[in-house]
Amino acid sequence: MRSSSLPISDVEIGRRAYRRTQNTRSVLVSLVSTLVFAVVIWLTVVNTPGWQSVQRSFFDLDTAIAAWPRVIAGLWINIQVLFFASIGVLVLSVVIATVRTLRGPIWFPLRALAAAYTDLFRGLPLIIVLFLVGFGIPGLELFPRNSAQFWGTIALILTYSAYVSEVFRAGIEAVHPSQRLAARSLGLSHGQTMRIVVLPQAVRKVTPALMNDFVAMQKDVGLISVLGVVDAVRAAQIETAANFNFTPYVLAGLLFVLLALPMIRLTDWYTARLRAREQMGTLL
Amino acid sequence: MTEHVLRLQGVRKRFGDTEVLGGVDLTVARHEVVALIGASGSGKSTLLRCVSLLEQLDDGRIWLGDLDISDPRVAPDRVRARIGIVFQQFNLFPHLRVIDNVALASRRVLRTPRSQADAAALALLDRVGLADKAQEYPDRLSGGQQQRVAIVRAIATNPELLLLDEITSALDPELVTEVLDLVRQLSAEGTTIVMATHEMAFARDVADRVVFLDGGVIVEEGRSADVFEHPREERTRAFLSRFIGPGGSGSSVA
Repeated sequence: MRSSSLPISDVEIGRRAYRRTQNTRSVLVSLVSTLVFAVVIWLTVVNTPGWQSVQRSFFDLDTAIAAWPRVIAGLWINIQVLFFASIGVLVLSVVIATVRTLRGPIWFPLRALAAAYTDLFRGLPLIIVLFLVGFGIPGLELFPRNSAQFWGTIALILTYSAYVSEVFRAGIEAVHPSQRLAARSLGLSHGQTMRIVVLPQAVRKVTPALMNDFVAMQKDVGLISVLGVVDAVRAAQIETAANFNFTPYVLAGLLFVLLALPMIRLTDWYTARLRAREQMGTLL
Repeated sequence: MTEHVLRLQGVRKRFGDTEVLGGVDLTVARHEVVALIGASGSGKSTLLRCVSLLEQLDDGRIWLGDLDISDPRVAPDRVRARIGIVFQQFNLFPHLRVIDNVALASRRVLRTPRSQADAAALALLDRVGLADKAQEYPDRLSGGQQQRVAIVRAIATNPELLLLDEITSALDPELVTEVLDLVRQLSAEGTTIVMATHEMAFARDVADRVVFLDGGVIVEEGRSADVFEHPREERTRAFLSRFIGPGGSGSSVA
């Protein structure tokens, strides 16, 4: 570590000056190259033969402003679905992953069920699950009538838990067996070992992979529109149909991107903090 | 005869086609320190893991006190809580603070109230000079410090028997002493210890009895001074001569 109170040798002063000029140079070079690159792309797109009409029907500011209230109201529905689906997925997938690690003959049916579940729902396209759950389950008239939004959330949870539980299972298996050995040698039971020693380490290991799945889910919440829920995608569709202008779709798309960004940043920050706290490597 | 803490009778363990333990008989008295010596692959670690029920026996019986712990009807978690084991690679839990590593078994297995378990853990850490590291994560500690924490974690539940599995083999030479000093201290306090070790000088100094394993069987055992000074078996002599020059006295090869 460098301390400013210590006297600095002339050699070091020279080195620092050199590093500073190198730094300034690289910043300038990257700035100029980015600018040139952007201008070239821009000029190419603007000079395509159809640009004028594309600009009118996809990037029209007035249409965007007119569609804004409806799309943003729809996005709020997406955010709600995302919120409840995220919680649902986290709970269900941890349960599934844990069940798949259970040993002992008594757990066989549960284990087999969990395995069948992950096979089935990783194979089924989300849109089919949405139709089956969204239209099929209410048709049973077994449950009190719930909104399409509710069943859409359930369908998302079912599909994504199948993926996320596999991520958790990979994390559980990535925790070194010696950790389990140490925990069991202290007298902890299998369940305690999982809960106190293995799962916390597994979650840390798979956080980046989980982030990826949650960003994927963030845009797939738009698919609940097929059940008739007026979410951002459905609202954009309605606006588009009213004006024969695709700008609302672009608007909704931008909003989804904005929605994803904080999540990505949050997880980056979280993993960086864990790294700093536990240092790298030596995770036995 | 003194009271027995541990008794092994005809213990066999096979990994696939390889017989790692070929019928081991061993008795450990209370307050006794027994050193297991032998080349890598001679079965030392496997023996310790069988005793702590981390491996299933293929034959033979093991008693902890009067309890036959090789009986499959015995709940292994209960037995393991009565035996402390320290591994070569420390195996501390990296996501838990030092104090939580030490207090974990007291809290969760013995169901000691948290405040009481933490106070006891802190007292133990203080004894080994690591009280100031209680709130750190294990990776911030040196290897020697981590291993001392691992030892303290193993004795936090007041086990009847402490097993040490080559606990200095993964340490830098200058860190070995601080760990061995702690073991010496524990043995002086009367802790019953079975240790697998390559530290011949230490084994000779601290162990009451030395057991030389080769090919999964006990070739020679006796008071440590006798085994080191006057080994009866040719295989023991050959093994020891690799650590101690012919005619010379025991110097450790870490």
